[in-house]
Amino acid sequence: MISGQLALLISDYLIWSLTLIGGATLILGLRNRLQRERWRMILSRPPAMTAFILLLVYLLIALLDSTHFRPLEITQTADPATSPKQFGTTEISLLDLLLNRIRLTDERSYSAPLALHGYSKEQLVTATGNRRDYPRLKYGGAHITDPANRNRDLLTRGSRGFGIALLILLPVFLLYRLIVRASRLSENNPRIAWTAAFATLAGLVIIGAVGDQLAGPYHLLGTDKVGQDVLYLGLKSIRTGMLIGVLTLLVMLPFALILGTAAGYFGGRIDDAVQYLYTTLSSIPGVLLIAAAVLSVNLYLDQNLTEVASLQQRADLRLLLLTAILGLTGWIGLCRLLRAESLKLRELDYVTAARAFGVADVRILIRHLLPNLGHLVLITVVIDFSGLVLAEAVLSYVGVGVDPSMISWGNMINSARLELAREPLVWWSLATAFALMFTLVLCANLFADAVRDALDPRLRGRQ
Amino acid sequence: MTAYLLRRLLYSAPILLGVNLITFSLFFIVNSPDDMAHKHLGDKRVTTEMVEKWKQDHGYDRPLIYADDRRGIARFSDTLFARHSLRLFLLDFGRADDGRDIGADIRQRMGPSLAIAIPHLLIGLLIYITVSLILTFFRATYIDFIGVFTAVALMSISAMFYIIAGQFLLGKLLHLTPISGYLGGLDGFRFLVTPVLVGLIAGLGSSVRWYRTLFLEEIEKDYIRSARARGLGESGVLFRHLLRNALIPILTGVVVIIPTLFMGSLITESFFSIPGLGSYTIDAIQAQDFAIVRAMVFLGALLYIGGLILTDLSYVLVDPRVRLE
Repeated sequence: MISGQLALLISDYLIWSLTLIGGATLILGLRNRLQRERWRMILSRPPAMTAFILLLVYLLIALLDSTHFRPLEITQTADPATSPKQFGTTEISLLDLLLNRIRLTDERSYSAPLALHGYSKEQLVTATGNRRDYPRLKYGGAHITDPANRNRDLLTRGSRGFGIALLILLPVFLLYRLIVRASRLSENNPRIAWTAAFATLAGLVIIGAVGDQLAGPYHLLGTDKVGQDVLYLGLKSIRTGMLIGVLTLLVMLPFALILGTAAGYFGGRIDDAVQYLYTTLSSIPGVLLIAAAVLSVNLYLDQNLTEVASLQQRADLRLLLLTAILGLTGWIGLCRLLRAESLKLRELDYVTAARAFGVADVRILIRHLLPNLGHLVLITVVIDFSGLVLAEAVLSYVGVGVDPSMISWGNMINSARLELAREPLVWWSLATAFALMFTLVLCANLFADAVRDALDPRLRGRQ
Repeated sequence: MTAYLLRRLLYSAPILLGVNLITFSLFFIVNSPDDMAHKHLGDKRVTTEMVEKWKQDHGYDRPLIYADDRRGIARFSDTLFARHSLRLFLLDFGRADDGRDIGADIRQRMGPSLAIAIPHLLIGLLIYITVSLILTFFRATYIDFIGVFTAVALMSISAMFYIIAGQFLLGKLLHLTPISGYLGGLDGFRFLVTPVLVGLIAGLGSSVRWYRTLFLEEIEKDYIRSARARGLGESGVLFRHLLRNALIPILTGVVVIIPTLFMGSLITESFFSIPGLGSYTIDAIQAQDFAIVRAMVFLGALLYIGGLILTDLSYVLVDPRVRLE
């Protein structure tokens, strides 16, 4: 049993509480029949179901990676009983712990996926004298004595992983058959896409089990310039991407909601002020505004904040500031939408009636307007999320993204993009970063599409 | 019409002033000139005299907004805000940290940016509209479904992937075009092929989806139904009625970005090392040259507002129902 001391970063607290609040709202919402119907409509589409499950997996990985603690380090002294319990100085996360097999196996430099040897020739000292050859990797395939056996070893391990996956999937399959049979009997329409759910789950389990068998003894996706396992880097980047997406939304939502509905509902001076504010902000080119803000904040941090504890906390602070900046510059689109919709809603009979009854404005806003804006918010939020994940890579390239010491897709791409000029080609870091990013963004986009079709009343019955 | 234009121009003044205030507070209040001096001089062994000297050399040795010790108008004009932010209104961009004239740099770098942006815009419009019209023609069939799915997938790919893949495929693998670089004149054509092509493919997904939505919104309207009722064929409906009417939102959407084409694209220009305004900006950001960033922010805001006014005018031109009062 590994014990440690919980040491959550600020962003950890934020993402955990957000997930808990979001999850609770969702579950409480399901008690409402209308909400249930809407979710049923969304999840009845196979692409949306697949996207939903994959998004949950990304969220799970991000949450695991957001549970930081300081592991217990036992310092050996003469008397074990008095040896002090010492907590390490660096925080690691639960995901780090799970990935220990690929976290602590750094090679010297590049190596191709599943390779036994390094990427470039080195001077090797052997019994027969010095020669230049590709060095054997320290960890990748270290258990293999004769390199010719590699493919057979890969095949054995791969099929073992596949077998384990099948064993796991057997009960899942039986459960799936039961659910399908039950859903045929019920009169709920449309039916939830259980087949898509099972297929996605099966794919995930197979990839997971085979990957689990291969990733330990080999570097499944190779290693990067400083010898770190690319699979590890890719998985660690998930947290950064999700955090940027989710926390930015947290910052921008209050602005968009309050300013948008107030401008639309009250009109007059308030409307003028809000419109002036967002026209001014949106007239500055987006990346430039973000860059200007990040540059200023970073310079300020460098000059005035020298005593921050650890490198990790410093990177965390920069990430939080980045999301704050992205949020402060990103609320305009949603605000415009909400303003236009509130303008329309305030003229409707039930709002006029509420006003005639003397209901207070704030109460009308909360009870009558907000519930009718929910679909706009949800759709925009999911679309903005995917845009933010993509933006992280661009911002890191421009040099105003997350801290360079933080593992992120943007930093991976940035440090790997010149590797395509090498001979032979080093493609694996780029491919991993792009593939993981693409999956997340595609899922968000597909899910957003389904949400839009299910929730936007104007689209009802069009397809 | 003239009165409307005048009012719009007047209305843009407070917006530009707001933009200036934002950049001013970002660059001068969050970071005092002292911080800037320290950054440029390095951290070690900097005396107060050196900081004062640097501030004097770069014209930063003045109060922020209000000069207490001056008289009359100089109380406001002899400040950092007036000297560094307000003079942007006169399109006087000042000098970069290395002493170069920013205005001259901008004029010189506009050309390469436009050489990429204009072909991208024109060819893009042609391709995107054609593809989305085809999808509209096949609406509610499997072709449409696959098309939309492909569009969503294409727009989920990072722009940087398109650039890197394009450079690799066309430049390195097939040796068709140079990987990066720029040359003026007709000889420079081969340098433009990859960036423009990459830009076109990168924009395909989102544009086609957007235009298809516009077309589908239009196709539900009454005049389409009556055109069909008169016995018009599907292609006649699509090209003679639908396209013309849908061109109104498309055109106005395009007009608003025309002025901002001058700004160039940040990452495209930087990856292909094209000496345009985009790479100028990115270099300035990476070198933390605030004078250039400030100038580019102001220029961008100016062009954006110009685009908004142009959009209003273009409504009058293409849609006889709209009158500007």
